Amino acid sequence: MAEYLTHEHDVLVIGAGGAGLRAAVEASAAGVKVALVSKSLLGKAHTVMAEGGIAAALADVDDRDNWRVHFADTMRGGQYVNSWRMAELHAKEAPARVRELEAWGAVFDRTVDGRILQRNFGGHRYPRLAHVGDRTGLEMIRTLQDHGIHLGLDVFMEHTILILLKDGDRVVGAFGYDRERGRFHLFRAKAVVLATGGVGRAYKITSNSWEYTGDGHSLAYHAGAALTDMEFLQFHPTGMIWPPSVRGLLITEAVRGEGGVLRNKDGRRFMFDDIPPLYANQTADNEEEGWRYVQGDKNARRPPDLLTRDHVARCIRREVREGRGSPHGGVFLDIAWIKEKIPNAAEHIKKKLPSMYHQFKQLADIDITQVPMEVGPTTHYMMGGVRVDPDSQMASVPGLFAAGECAAGLHGANRLGGNSLSDLVVFGKRAGEYAARFAKNNSLGKVNPEQLAVAERGALKPFEREGAEGPYAVQYALQAMMQDLVGIVRQEQEMLQALDHIQELKARTGRVGVSGHREYNNSWHTAIDLNNLLTVSEIITRAALERKESRGAHFREDYPAKDEQFGQLNIVIQKGADGEVQLRREPIPPMPAELKQIIQEMK
Amino acid sequence: MATATFRIWRGEKGGGEFRDYSTEITDGMVVLDAVHQIQAEQTGDLSVRWNCKAGKCGSCSAEINGMPKLMCMTRLNSLPLQQPVTIEPMKTFPHIRDLVTDVSWNFRVKERIAKFKPRRPDAPDGTWRTAQVDADRVQEFRKCIECFLCQDVCHVLRDHHMHEEFIGPRFLVYTAALEMQPLDEGDRLQDLKSQFGIGLCNITKCCTKVCPENITITDNAIIPLKERVVDRYYDPLGKLFRMFSPRGT
Repeated sequence: MAEYLTHEHDVLVIGAGGAGLRAAVEASAAGVKVALVSKSLLGKAHTVMAEGGIAAALADVDDRDNWRVHFADTMRGGQYVNSWRMAELHAKEAPARVRELEAWGAVFDRTVDGRILQRNFGGHRYPRLAHVGDRTGLEMIRTLQDHGIHLGLDVFMEHTILILLKDGDRVVGAFGYDRERGRFHLFRAKAVVLATGGVGRAYKITSNSWEYTGDGHSLAYHAGAALTDMEFLQFHPTGMIWPPSVRGLLITEAVRGEGGVLRNKDGRRFMFDDIPPLYANQTADNEEEGWRYVQGDKNARRPPDLLTRDHVARCIRREVREGRGSPHGGVFLDIAWIKEKIPNAAEHIKKKLPSMYHQFKQLADIDITQVPMEVGPTTHYMMGGVRVDPDSQMASVPGLFAAGECAAGLHGANRLGGNSLSDLVVFGKRAGEYAARFAKNNSLGKVNPEQLAVAERGALKPFEREGAEGPYAVQYALQAMMQDLVGIVRQEQEMLQALDHIQELKARTGRVGVSGHREYNNSWHTAIDLNNLLTVSEIITRAALERKESRGAHFREDYPAKDEQFGQLNIVIQKGADGEVQLRREPIPPMPAELKQIIQEMK
Repeated sequence: MATATFRIWRGEKGGGEFRDYSTEITDGMVVLDAVHQIQAEQTGDLSVRWNCKAGKCGSCSAEINGMPKLMCMTRLNSLPLQQPVTIEPMKTFPHIRDLVTDVSWNFRVKERIAKFKPRRPDAPDGTWRTAQVDADRVQEFRKCIECFLCQDVCHVLRDHHMHEEFIGPRFLVYTAALEMQPLDEGDRLQDLKSQFGIGLCNITKCCTKVCPENITITDNAIIPLKERVVDRYYDPLGKLFRMFSPRGT
């Protein structure tokens, strides 16, 4: 076997955002030796981009809130194809996870009586999001990072994993390279936790950073693990659209939570024009009631601007398509208007939404305390991912665990805002705990040198083709294609075309060349990432073809209605013996009576 | 279409040279866009570190026309484009390649600072009560995105290379955030004085000037810490008082 830098640990965590850090902290607390592999520098992961808050039924602001309401909200938001067990665990455990962050040094915004302040968010019945202005994700990742560095974790910054290693059925480690020197590393571990985040870089307009290339999804898939719900990709309704260089950049839902409203070019609050029946009972039917709600009036219902993200994104698309959009092809999001309602509105906005103020001022020359923003949908979050056991977060392959965005189940067809940060800590903790337990009961497995050699050869191939087409053009082509053909509104013909394009792009990727050497070579990294992007793009497309209905984030123009039969099942994806994507429809396990009853009561 | 010229540092481990690249510029572009465009169209192996492209992760720090800045938040329309825009790696840290530096020293420094140590919970359910005004003070420091631009510009590190003796503005802010954390009971004053080199800062406020999060580093973090250290270790009256007080500190 060739000599590689070799690291041996009990638990290997791949990904160092909120979920990965929380898993590493938990595994370490269980007394096992932990490696944490991070594609970027520590503390830079996509979690820093999360803005609005972390959802937990603390009931600090509204004492009517409890885990049962949070559970029902999450299931309704996910259109009932969620894993009900994960939704239950999440709703029950999120408050303890938030308080634990406070015990580790997080400084949340406070209520008048000194408790943790919570804000309104789309799809949540009561003010539920603990937050720090609009930089909650930064607070969370920094808290976990600063807590974690004192626990003796071995952190591998700027390392990328190429493949998972298997001994028989079991995952026994991973193989990758470091960015700085381009050396290959062998990580042997008794258990592996995937916490690699999402897939947004497969699309042209996205709020996601370069890291989001579907690594965990792809690693798990090629290691034989089942994925599920991959047709459910969330387009956040409010991304920046102008100037072009910032297109896709996220504008937090907290803008609407703080009273911001959506208008078309005629100034109309178009969200009042289409309120889905599932939400009719709990949605305001006039502007005045909506305003009272965001001001904390417990008798008022939520304004339709705060309907779930899938619905708001489609309404915006409709306004633009029907010619009622803003000059640059979006709609208006107006927070400045609250000056009609409250004194010192400008100061209030800067205090509540500091990074939004900053972002628009600096990148678009727009003062959001004075004029409306132009917004449009942006690729934001993958609900689907590694199919896991709800309690232990173990994948269908032993020794492999997954948590956070790269795992599936909690969010069903559509994630509620704020449920991501809570997902990270609730299931990050569980993954760490159960991975540590698995590691204690198993020994290091055997490494197959052939597997390493193949991965190494594959990774170095682009250097043999210097002068050939570079990776960036292929990446841009894929992003534009997925945006056009497998975007917010889908139909069979276009998705079949997308599959053809994916085959062509795979062939092009096989011919991509890079120049220079292996040390911090961005084009080489991009060339490698293309493989994962293509794998997840194909899986998304095939799953979207298979679900012949519209539900949550998945909207089919050719099947615009919900179909009760599809509402009873998840689409499960696995790599077949022939190396091709295999799909199957799996019935959702029956919900226990007490959970059913909660949903009935909260209708 | 307008074009502009970017004079980018190319090379490895301290060696290298500026090379000029011309590229088309469009509305609203930031320096990082130009670097990406040059990378995609002209020189694929140009090394640059970046992540969020939204001023939130602090990865793309560099020196633009000599000023420490985030590439993703520097609009081209804020720069004079009739002359080449120079882009160089940060100078305070060891060079890796092109625009990328080795910032790992910062991560090692942080581990030396005593961790958060909360007081006992205030309420029987294990929770605390904190007033927003007390939160405000540390929330300013906790905005830090760890771009290390303040470390880059600090002359104690940049010119005098006192990385062993001085933790730099970033970690003075970090220490201040812990010392002023309403729940924290830790005590880092001895370390500030003897290991972290707080006395080496002579409050030129360069760090405050370059902070992309507009944290008032010198006035709100460093000076109050200096005052605390002085109060404890250099105030003769206080010293006398502590000598005769039963508990001492």
